[in-house]
Amino acid sequence: MLLGTALALLAGCSTASSSARPAVTPPPPPSASPAPAPAPFASTYKPLPAADTAIVGASILTGTGARIDNGTVLMAAGKILAVGTDIAVQPGARVIDGRGKWVTPGIIDAHSHLGVFAAPGVQGHADGNENIDPYTAHVWAEHSVWPQDPVFTKARAGGVTSLLILPGSANLFGGRGVSVKNVPAVTVQQMKFPDAPYTLKMACGENPKGRYGSRGRAPATRMGEVAGFRRAWIDAAEYGRKVDAYEKKRARGEAAEAPKRDLGLETLAGVLKGDILVQNHCYRADEMAVMLDVGHEFGYKTRAFHHAVEAYKIADMLAAEDVCVATWATRWGFKMEAYDAIEENAAILSKAGACVAIHSDEQRLVQRLNIESAVALAAGRRAGIDIPQEEAIKWITINPARIMGIADRTGSLEPGKMADVVLWSKNPFSVYAIAEKVFIDGALVLDTSDPATRHRSDFEIGQPVGEE
Amino acid sequence: MTRQFPAFAALSLILAAAAAGPAAAQTFAITNAHVVTPGPVGEVENGTIVVRDGRIVAAGSGVAVPAGVRTIDARGATVTPGLIAVNTALGLVEVNSVDGSVDSKTTNSGISASFDVQYGLNPASTLIPIARLGGVTRAVVMPDYDDSDVARELPFAGKAAMISLGEGANILHRPGVGMMLELGEDGAARVGGSRAAEFVQLRQIFDLARQPPREEYPFELSQADLAALRPVLSGAMPLIVVVHRAADIRQVLKLASDYKLKIILSGAEEAWRVAGEIAAARVPVLINPTSNIPSSFDMLGASLQNASILKAAGVEIAIGGNDAGHRVREMRYNAGLAVSRGLPYAAGIEALTLAPARIFGVSDLLGSIAPGKAADIVIWDGDPLEPLTQPTAIFIAGKEQPLTSRATELGKRYAR
Repeated sequence: MLLGTALALLAGCSTASSSARPAVTPPPPPSASPAPAPAPFASTYKPLPAADTAIVGASILTGTGARIDNGTVLMAAGKILAVGTDIAVQPGARVIDGRGKWVTPGIIDAHSHLGVFAAPGVQGHADGNENIDPYTAHVWAEHSVWPQDPVFTKARAGGVTSLLILPGSANLFGGRGVSVKNVPAVTVQQMKFPDAPYTLKMACGENPKGRYGSRGRAPATRMGEVAGFRRAWIDAAEYGRKVDAYEKKRARGEAAEAPKRDLGLETLAGVLKGDILVQNHCYRADEMAVMLDVGHEFGYKTRAFHHAVEAYKIADMLAAEDVCVATWATRWGFKMEAYDAIEENAAILSKAGACVAIHSDEQRLVQRLNIESAVALAAGRRAGIDIPQEEAIKWITINPARIMGIADRTGSLEPGKMADVVLWSKNPFSVYAIAEKVFIDGALVLDTSDPATRHRSDFEIGQPVGEE
Repeated sequence: MTRQFPAFAALSLILAAAAAGPAAAQTFAITNAHVVTPGPVGEVENGTIVVRDGRIVAAGSGVAVPAGVRTIDARGATVTPGLIAVNTALGLVEVNSVDGSVDSKTTNSGISASFDVQYGLNPASTLIPIARLGGVTRAVVMPDYDDSDVARELPFAGKAAMISLGEGANILHRPGVGMMLELGEDGAARVGGSRAAEFVQLRQIFDLARQPPREEYPFELSQADLAALRPVLSGAMPLIVVVHRAADIRQVLKLASDYKLKIILSGAEEAWRVAGEIAAARVPVLINPTSNIPSSFDMLGASLQNASILKAAGVEIAIGGNDAGHRVREMRYNAGLAVSRGLPYAAGIEALTLAPARIFGVSDLLGSIAPGKAADIVIWDGDPLEPLTQPTAIFIAGKEQPLTSRATELGKRYAR
């Protein structure tokens, strides 16, 4: 622990010295684009080889709000070709008998820490919280992701095809999250969801004030947290104005000195420009309402409140503000701000017209987001809110995709979208349902009838690991 | 100590009946029930259950309903025994992060094996109705470790108790149903960081506990702690051993054999790898079948198939929930998940009911629908292992329980 802190401090020093280099760089020729250089750490994801496939005779929950019985899903060249009844199977396609089975879009988890808090959970794998400073908008979760985390495979067995991997919640600004496709890989770049927008993890409530207040520094209270957010957005706005002024001058062909890059302010300024999506860990209703007003004050939009166990108390407000909620059904009471969590949260929000996702935040739950959704459905019924299954499936498909800014490409079974598809042995809201076949971009990445498709991470090789 | 147990049980039943008042002191029948229970009654379509003064007096098909009694028509719904949760801290914990609301552990260096959860129980805990809404009618409440004082070298967590989740002031059903001991990586950390030290120390402690009391003891054990271990060494009180790694399980079986201890394994993620040895030793196992993450080097073999492999080998298993308190209600889904991975359905039901009752020595009164047993009965609107299913009526010792909790009240306030 002490060693870790010392190393972290050392790393901080070396960063400071390296950034002390002269900041003035030769101006690019005036014709050059003022846009930043090609994105660093670019995705190198390549879809796995995929055979054209037809699943016929299944009950399909499309993720668009429809249920199709005795339907057909056609996949070609890694994309959804067609979904419906009375569809002719394209010549040469592999045909899978879906009778008695169910098809859904690939499951998407909008709140994961796989790879950044990898298993086994030893100190050497604790890479999710840069918790020595509450303002770490400059760190990127992708630089912590360990692709050999064996839990990626277990999540795939639960039908999970995409995840948003976020930094932890110790800090007000935790850093950038990364959207990945859940494929076996050696580098994080090989997993990165192509052209997914970046996201910024923010956290309010007990975690930041508990972490820093106990160490004699700000924030020690919720009001201290909000003050910290506001000061940071003031700095970000100023930074954004400097960069804009520089880019305008460059565009006019005038000589200008580039402002020194600041990785943290660059991320916050990206939020203010609308390029980076805010993912705000926030439990209590009153706090979410305050954070919405912080957004109004500085002109940024929150894409989703995460955990948000009291969102049901302000369902209409969240629906009107068009802010999504990513939450659980079952977790409650582990801290004071989770004391009012209820299983009915998702159903109440759905009824109010808000965008809801059921997320995991943990290693076991990510394997059964369908069951967690069933708990939420049942609780809604108990409270007199009967959400149809074709709507509830959105909680773990298109809605998390929307939270991640990738809903135009995955999250529902519509022609032209990525063929991220799960074939379930039973209705996916049944505890007995097993994801028998999982497709990512049309490639069969898991087939329970073929043990060879069951990937083992490097860590598991040669170890006495168990099945499933 | 053993001889006291039946006396305690009888006393608590009388108290429960007295506290419940006239509501329990009545006869009623549940008819047209799809009874699903372990034990001789088994699965019965169109069955009848007759309850008098908190006890089941008849159950099965062709059972006559006494004239003039209240009759609940189950209309073919599934009726099971109340679920019995293991590995809980119900009544000891309200909010995990609020120290003052947590009574499941201590830093007191004079209290370890003698720590006794029966004195910390809070019948008003909001966790109890929430667990009850999952069909849970009884629970084994177990102590935990407080590791905030790293210098404290005490291997035992203390004594567990069986509680009732029924409304009323007295929730204690039976104290002293087991002694908690955690081994493996975390257990070893408390006694110097090595299993090689841990097992030596345990043997020394057991040897000392067998000898007459003396003034001072090595280690931090107090007179009270040594005294608390004597029923364990006499075989009267089971030793509940939290352990994960297959090699550690083997060591525990050897320890139990050497000292003639009655043991219960808990956690036991790698138990499937030594299932035959566990079965041969007739040692029961408390598991969470969803614990399949290689969270530490102790449990690289964690598998969703643990439950089904153990059962097939003849090991008695009880299935628990997803934490010690707030998520106890999820235990039935965990059994369902084990069934999806090959555990026979009836074994899944038994692992939530009669198996924990047998493991903790209360199967004379609890765990199945059978004449003579306490009327802990749940009527469900579907398959109880399915999350889409909810209980429609819950009885504990014959008393009908409210189908509400603080959480459902909050939901009612805001659901429009």
